[in-house]
Amino acid sequence: MDIKRKKQVSEWAVKTVMWISMSIVFLLVFSVIWTIFSKGCKAMSWSMLTKLPTAGTYLGGEGGFPNAIVGSLYIVGASTVLGLLVSIPVVFYLNVYLKTSSKLAYWLRLACDVLFGVPSIVYGAFGFTIMIFFGLRTSLLGGIIVITMLIIPIFIRTMDEATRNFPREILDASYALGATRWETLKVVVRQIAPGIATATLLSIGRAIGDAASVMFTAGYTDSIPTSLSQPAATLPLAVFFQLTSPIPEVVDRAYAAALVLTIIVLILSISGRFITNRFSKNKL
Amino acid sequence: MAIEIQHLNVYIKENQILKDICLTLPEKQITCIIGPSGCGKSTLLRTINRLIDSTEHVRLEGKVLVDGKDIIGSGHEITELRRKIGLVSQRPCPLPMSIFDNVAYGCRINRMYKKHRQLIYNVQKQLQAVGLWDEVRGRVRTSATRLSIGQQQRLCLARSLAVEPEYILADEATSALDPISSKTIEDLFVSLKSQYSIIMVTHTLHQALRIADNVVFMYLGEVVESGPARQIFEQPQQELTRKYLSGIFS
Ligand SMILES: Nc1ncnc2c1ncn2[C@@H]1O[C@H](COP(=O)(O)OP(=O)(O)O)[C@@H](O)[C@H]1O
Ligand SMILES: [Mg+2]
Repeated sequence: MDIKRKKQVSEWAVKTVMWISMSIVFLLVFSVIWTIFSKGCKAMSWSMLTKLPTAGTYLGGEGGFPNAIVGSLYIVGASTVLGLLVSIPVVFYLNVYLKTSSKLAYWLRLACDVLFGVPSIVYGAFGFTIMIFFGLRTSLLGGIIVITMLIIPIFIRTMDEATRNFPREILDASYALGATRWETLKVVVRQIAPGIATATLLSIGRAIGDAASVMFTAGYTDSIPTSLSQPAATLPLAVFFQLTSPIPEVVDRAYAAALVLTIIVLILSISGRFITNRFSKNKL
Repeated sequence: MAIEIQHLNVYIKENQILKDICLTLPEKQITCIIGPSGCGKSTLLRTINRLIDSTEHVRLEGKVLVDGKDIIGSGHEITELRRKIGLVSQRPCPLPMSIFDNVAYGCRINRMYKKHRQLIYNVQKQLQAVGLWDEVRGRVRTSATRLSIGQQQRLCLARSLAVEPEYILADEATSALDPISSKTIEDLFVSLKSQYSIIMVTHTLHQALRIADNVVFMYLGEVVESGPARQIFEQPQQELTRKYLSGIFS
C-alpha cells in the first residue's frame, strides 16, 4: 500500500470512529427524552399537577404531585438566592481584589474544586448529621440549606470561569476614571451578567434533580409546606419513591413526575444556552 | 501645573523596568513619548496615574510630582489623582453599558452633578467635543459595544473628558484604528491641548512629528533624550536618538 492510500484509510477510520461516537451521544439523548416523554405523557393529566396526593394515591388511587413540584421550586428558589448571595462576593473577591498569584485565591479555588467533587449524598449525610446535632427534623429549611451547600461550589466555579476571561482593561478603564474597586463591582457584574445567568440556570438544573441531598434533609410529605420547619416533598423523590411501586398507576405517576422534572431542566439549560449565545453575539 | 518626575525607578520582581527617570512634562502641550517596544513607555504612563498598583510585585522609588504633590507612596488620594488624569488606552475599551452611561459613569462616581439635567447636558457636551454626538444622538441609550472601533475610541476619550481631568494620558491610542479614525483622534488631541496637558505614547514617529510639542525618547527603561520636538527631531544630541530617528527620514 502506498502512503497516499494509507493516509486515506486512516482518515476514513478516524472519521468512522467519530461518527459512531457522535451517533451514540445523539441516540442517548434521543432515547432518554423519548422514554421519559412517551411514558410520562401517557400518565400526564391536569390533576397530576394540581391534585394533592391522599393515602389512596400510592395504592393506585387518584392524586398527583403538586406537593413535589412546589417543594422543589421552594427549595431551589431559596437556595439559588442564598447561593448567589454567598458566591458573587467570593467570585468578585477572587477576580478583582486578589492578585492572580495570590495564595489565598489558589486555596479558595482548590476548596471549591473539592466541594464541587463531593457527591450529593455526602452533603445529604452531612446535613442530616448537623440537623440531628441541633435537634431538627426533616424540613424545608434543611433542604434549602443542603441544596445551598450543594450549589455554592457550582456557582463559584462556573462564575469564576466566566469572570477569569474578564478583560482587565475594563477594570483599568473604571479605575482610571477614579472609581474604587467597590464601585467597579457594578461594571464587573454587568459584564459577567450573562455568565452569572448561565451559571445560575445550569446550577439550578443540577440542584432541582438531586435526590440524595434532600432525602434525609427535606424529607417527604403529601402536603405543601406552609412553614420552614415542615418537611417538603421534591420531584426527584417523587420519582424515586413511586418508581419502585408494584402498582402500575403509581409507576406511571413516577414517569409523569420525571417528565415534569425533565421539562424544567430542559427549559433551564436551553435558556442558559440562549443567554450565552445572545450575549456573546452582542459583544462585538 | 506640570508633572515632574524625579529619579523614578520602577521594579517588577527583580527587574528594573524604569531606570532613574527625570522628566518634566509641561502643561497645555502635547508630549510624545517614543521608543522601541518594551522600553517602558506604558509602565511610565501607568506609574503616573498609579494604575501600576494593580501589577504584581511592583516597587516604586523616587518622586512623581503632580501639581506639586508627590503621588508615589501611600497616603495619597488615588481616586482623586486618577480623576485628574484621564487615560485613553491602546484598545478602545467601552464599559459594558450604554453610550450615555459610559460617559456618565465617571461623573456619577465622582458625584459631580446634583441634577440629572446637568448630567445629560454634560454628557452631550463631551460627546460633541469628540465629534460623536451627531453620529449617535438617536441611540445614546444603546450598548456602546456596537459602535465602530474608531467611535469607541472617541467615546473613551469623551468618557475621560467628562470627569474634567487636567491631564490626558494616551497609550498608542490610535494604533488599533484605521487611518481615518486615527486622524480624527489625532486632530482631537491637537484641538484639546489648549485645555489639557497631553502625554501620549506613540508607535509612529510620523505622528510625533506631526503633533508633538515635546518629545521624550526612551530606550531600555531609560530616558535617552527629551526636549522640544523641533530640537529632538532636527538636532538630536545623542547617537541613539539619531539612529532611532533615522528610521523616519530614510
Ligand atoms: N506585569 C509585568 N510583569 C513583568 N514584566 C513586565 C510587566 N509589565 C511590563 N513588563 C516589562 O516591562 C518592560 C516595559 O514594558 P512596557 O512599559 O509595556 O513597554 P512599552 O509600552 O514601551 O512597549 C517590558 O520589558 C516588559 O516585559
Ligand atoms: Mg506599551
